[in-house]
Amino acid sequence: MKYALKRVGMLLVTMLLVSFLTFLAFQLVSGDPVRTMLGTEATEAQIAALRSELGLDRPFFVRYFDWLCGFFTGNLGTSFSYRQPVWDLISSKLEITLLLSLISFILITVTSIPLGVLSYQWVGGPMDWVRTAFNQLCMAVPPFFTGILISWFFGIALRVFTPGDFPGLHTNPAGALRYLFFAAVCLSIPRAAMTVRMMRSTVISEMNKAYVRTAISRGNDRRTVLMAHVLKNSLVSVVTFLGQTMAELVGGSVVVEQVFGIPGLGRLLVTSISHRDYPVVQTLVVILAFWVVLAGTLADLVNQYIDPRLRLGGAV
Amino acid sequence: MKRNFLAGILASVMGLSLLAGCGSGGKNTGASAETPAPTATAAAPATAAPQKTPAPLPEEDSPKTERALANEITIGIAQDFDSLDPHHMTAAGTKEVMFNVYEGLVKPSSDGELIPAVASEVSKSEDGLTYTFTLRPDVKFHNGDPVTMDDVVYSIERRRNGEDAEAKLAALDIISSLTPDADGRTLTVTLSEPSNEFLAYVMNAYIIPAEYSLLETAPVGTGPYKFVSRAAQDNLVLERFADYWGTPGKLDKVTYKILENSEGLVLGLQSGALDLVAHLAADQTRQLSIADFDIAQGSMNLVQALYLNNAEKPFDDVRVRQALCYAIDKQMVIDLAFDGYGIPLGTSMFPSFGKYYDQSLTDYYSYDPAAAKALLAEAGYPDGFDMTITVPSNYAPHVNTAEVLVELLREVGINVTVLPVDWSTWLSDVYGARQFQSTITGLTSDNMTARKLLERFGSDAGNNFTNYSNEEYDRILSEAITETDDAEQTAMYRLLERNLTENAANVYLQDMADLVAVRHGLTGLDFYPLYVLDVSTLYWA
Repeated sequence: MKYALKRVGMLLVTMLLVSFLTFLAFQLVSGDPVRTMLGTEATEAQIAALRSELGLDRPFFVRYFDWLCGFFTGNLGTSFSYRQPVWDLISSKLEITLLLSLISFILITVTSIPLGVLSYQWVGGPMDWVRTAFNQLCMAVPPFFTGILISWFFGIALRVFTPGDFPGLHTNPAGALRYLFFAAVCLSIPRAAMTVRMMRSTVISEMNKAYVRTAISRGNDRRTVLMAHVLKNSLVSVVTFLGQTMAELVGGSVVVEQVFGIPGLGRLLVTSISHRDYPVVQTLVVILAFWVVLAGTLADLVNQYIDPRLRLGGAV
Repeated sequence: MKRNFLAGILASVMGLSLLAGCGSGGKNTGASAETPAPTATAAAPATAAPQKTPAPLPEEDSPKTERALANEITIGIAQDFDSLDPHHMTAAGTKEVMFNVYEGLVKPSSDGELIPAVASEVSKSEDGLTYTFTLRPDVKFHNGDPVTMDDVVYSIERRRNGEDAEAKLAALDIISSLTPDADGRTLTVTLSEPSNEFLAYVMNAYIIPAEYSLLETAPVGTGPYKFVSRAAQDNLVLERFADYWGTPGKLDKVTYKILENSEGLVLGLQSGALDLVAHLAADQTRQLSIADFDIAQGSMNLVQALYLNNAEKPFDDVRVRQALCYAIDKQMVIDLAFDGYGIPLGTSMFPSFGKYYDQSLTDYYSYDPAAAKALLAEAGYPDGFDMTITVPSNYAPHVNTAEVLVELLREVGINVTVLPVDWSTWLSDVYGARQFQSTITGLTSDNMTARKLLERFGSDAGNNFTNYSNEEYDRILSEAITETDDAEQTAMYRLLERNLTENAANVYLQDMADLVAVRHGLTGLDFYPLYVLDVSTLYWA
């Protein structure tokens, strides 16, 4: 109970802080939503009129407080550049990005943990070299580039999906999922490679510990020890890492959504920032902060399940 | 075992994508050999498909696509819409699309004339002070309602009276009265000063239903295509309007797909998701197979230049500005940054403007680094100086141009720093606050008047962001805009162009080429001397 309260409190503080910093950042950077809306033909009178219509001529703290009140009463405001309520704009994109992140997360988890263990078994052999080289390649190639490769190969050569034609999530769920799968592969490659490397080194260091030596000297074979004891102990740090991954996937989706032309939150965030569309950016940033804290909390909970030593709440 | 299996799948997936990389490289080089050789012709903008003449025969062996059979197309566009309200939209990319949905009393034709639209007849009084519009009797809105005089007056008033600040069109301030006749068929508009360009301004007062408040979400106009749906940052769907008063559109449905990423647009064409994409760069068109696409070439109808802040040192000295003109080889910019596509310009006017365009000014300053150095020395900068070029970073063509200029100016001792800024910053700092030394951008005339391109260099113009100030220029300009004799006015506009060139107001570069990829079988593409794409003439052969 105390743990839950602490977490919720932390969530609120994080969201508040993040929203304030974003508001402040927009205050400090150059660029002006009103000029962006009115373009090159605007007269000074028009600019002034629209600025007061949008309430942008009020002092900074008044605007922030106004936004905050709106946020807690469920009024997220109206987008400057899309001229529709922020929530209407975000809700359909939210599910797409969540789905994309979820598929990537599953891909990362189901591939990297077994591959990490497997690559431990290759240590010292010729396969270890191949793995190291391949792992480095996967981490180094930017998702932007893999995105083009995947689109080209699966989309244009094999015609498994049609790049640039994302089917509606509700009108054609199967098609949409297939489309998202390829984007998710692209999104997960670098992160999966990192997880494999991390899993491998954790297993190596665990295998050097005293309890492993004892277990083996008592007559257990290496493989049983690895599967029964080492794996479980290695998982704690990997789960923490996967928690960070979950948070980071939403950020990574910015690039992938652009290359694949998926109408998700990442793309919206980029264009809203460039249009200085504060109401949209504010809401997105708060959602992202929520997501990051949530991912951390989930990782903690899973770790407490795996390792009872963490359960007393000492590691919050 | 199970884990090994999964590992196997992952490894093979990754392996395949690597192979894809090799395949892609090979195929692209194959296609590039077929790209037409760049030629810098100053031809009329309505020329399509250089080199490759469209032969009707090969269409037989390419089976019609699903969309061709359904009589619809998907067009890829690089930016979302800023507003669907025709009186609020300012982005060129939005106007380009909504041109098919909204019309004014008059509308532009592809050869640059203003033709009657919602009005069937327009007459101008001898003194240029009174315009009379006769309403076309059979015009309907997309919602089925007939267009009435109330709608017309409302639409013009909305752009004029400033109650809605965003809709205000300052150019319509010259209207002194709007008088509909008793039976609601003719509208008499009286102006406070004579103007030859009034029709071009009234063209932008798109006719909308009176007091209609849902323009942002459910736009209603009178054009050949009607709005069906929009998903933010995803798509916009138009449908043929069956009750259109004029020549109806040929395609049943047009979908615009928004893909901000240029690679995404090219992939979309290759994958079959898109049928047409305009404003492509030459290297993007080379990635497309000529077995599937025609590349039509028009012009962007803009003046790309290195715009100089004439109030800022050292550009307040005409000799320094002239030195820059001598130091910059326009053709080299076009060759290096645009693969040779583009028409070099020497003043603030481009060839689509026909009689207004003074071709002789293009080579007024021929490339001559020695002359540039001499002028710099005379102006007191024998060793050159440091300068910055602020560029909007989201426009790759301008950024690429800046990179070529850095090298060219280094030759005469000028040390250039390129300062990329985002569009919003550019608008407020460079265009609005005029806090810059020099910048690269393309200026257009969104109402098809030559005046638009010249007016902004008047010393007290609100949008004179280059701070150009020349007494003679101001005097000719003020006479020109109220001149009713067309020949006189044309001569004055040409004098203004010469003034800009002689005083080296800016370093004029080129009218950029507009390359359009069109899927085979799709015909009827017509270029306008305006940033619009008319879909009503497109059809599947």
